[in-house]
Amino acid sequence: MPSPTNGAEEAPQPAGIVERLVRDDVDRKRFLKMAGSTGAASFGAFVLAACGSSSSSSKSASTAAAPATTGTTTSSTTGDVGILNYALTLEYLETEFYAKVVASGLFNGKVGSLIKDFGAQEASHVAALKAAVTKLGGTPAANPNGKFPIKSATQVAELAYTVENLGAAAYLGQAAKIQSPEVLASALAIHSVEARHAATLGTLVKKSVTPQGAFATPADMSTVLAAVKPFLA
Amino acid sequence: MTQNEIASPELAACEVHGMTRQAFILRGALAAGAFYGTASVAPFVSQAMAETGGGDAEILNFALTLEYLEADFYNVKGKSVGLSGEAKKYAKEFGAEEAAHVAALTAAIKQLGGTPVAKPTFVFPATSEKSFLALASVLENTGVGAYNGAAPSLKSKAVLASAGSIVQIEARHAAAIDLLIGKSPTPNEGFDKPLTKEEVLAAAGPLIKK
Repeated sequence: MPSPTNGAEEAPQPAGIVERLVRDDVDRKRFLKMAGSTGAASFGAFVLAACGSSSSSSKSASTAAAPATTGTTTSSTTGDVGILNYALTLEYLETEFYAKVVASGLFNGKVGSLIKDFGAQEASHVAALKAAVTKLGGTPAANPNGKFPIKSATQVAELAYTVENLGAAAYLGQAAKIQSPEVLASALAIHSVEARHAATLGTLVKKSVTPQGAFATPADMSTVLAAVKPFLA
Repeated sequence: MTQNEIASPELAACEVHGMTRQAFILRGALAAGAFYGTASVAPFVSQAMAETGGGDAEILNFALTLEYLEADFYNVKGKSVGLSGEAKKYAKEFGAEEAAHVAALTAAIKQLGGTPVAKPTFVFPATSEKSFLALASVLENTGVGAYNGAAPSLKSKAVLASAGSIVQIEARHAAAIDLLIGKSPTPNEGFDKPLTKEEVLAAAGPLIKK
């Protein structure tokens, strides 16, 4: 199985927005922004809209969301907003990847339709994450623009399997770091969909749908960013 | 799967006319609540909830009951119902994974100072590979919603990380089973729906005998 750490370089030097995402302290001040009145309450509305209702999600929102609005500023690279922007960057790449795969015409029929569905779902993640960052008072990360080798159906399916496993591991790696229960609920709603994609592609490439067995392994930010670096244009 | 392909009347009861199974889970288990009545799920609630002092241990005990259910489904019913090919392979793999979840949750509950619930007795209305897989789809998709619904209420970050690591596996199982039976592997499109405890109980409760 292509583990989430495959492709990780020794000293990751991601570029563009990705670089900014990992250089929290350096760039923090450049991204300070007044949070205004946006916060957990309005974000709750976003989550409800994006993920359906969740009766348990509003309990400790006021306290848990505090770090995102401390000092009335919101950094786009730290805290929940930083995590959302990191996820947004990955979702942009996934969306672009699927768009290129669909355009390649390598897949038809049932598989082609699944690929199209997955692409649309990644695009819906982009939209939801952008809205979430904005509602939290942050600045959504820009589309990093990717480059993907599109050679054959087999190679593309293998790559998609790797990408989705990485995406699932990336969300899992952030879950325990998220402060706001609303942001967490949203991330979880996306996380399990990435897992569904990964399993589907696993059946397609005749690999295990649960390559890590009973417990999925998380991947941290630097590992993931190093792994996606080859796909940044 | 169409209505008349279901051998078991109990399972047929899980199918709501005019709705896909996924839609059924989403919209609610609510419908099942109406089918079975809250009385049928009440014993399950008290068993799962009464033995711990609340908080994370209580949530994990709820998860443990579901994992016991899934493990028994694959490891006991999966052997007796007569499976072949992919279905047999998945039942074996997934059954082992659910058993690992049972062990992990049991250990975690003890670590939190709670008392793990005893394994309930289950009754699975599956009489063929087809009805077995249909029920597997319900159970796995319910499992995903259950974890996603409960996770934000967990206080311990370590417990949350473990729950996340498990729900990802449930989602993978759900997708594999759904693909096998010709359903969408992403029944909720881009965002999986969190389920409330009541919704989970409505779906799983009828399978718990005692």
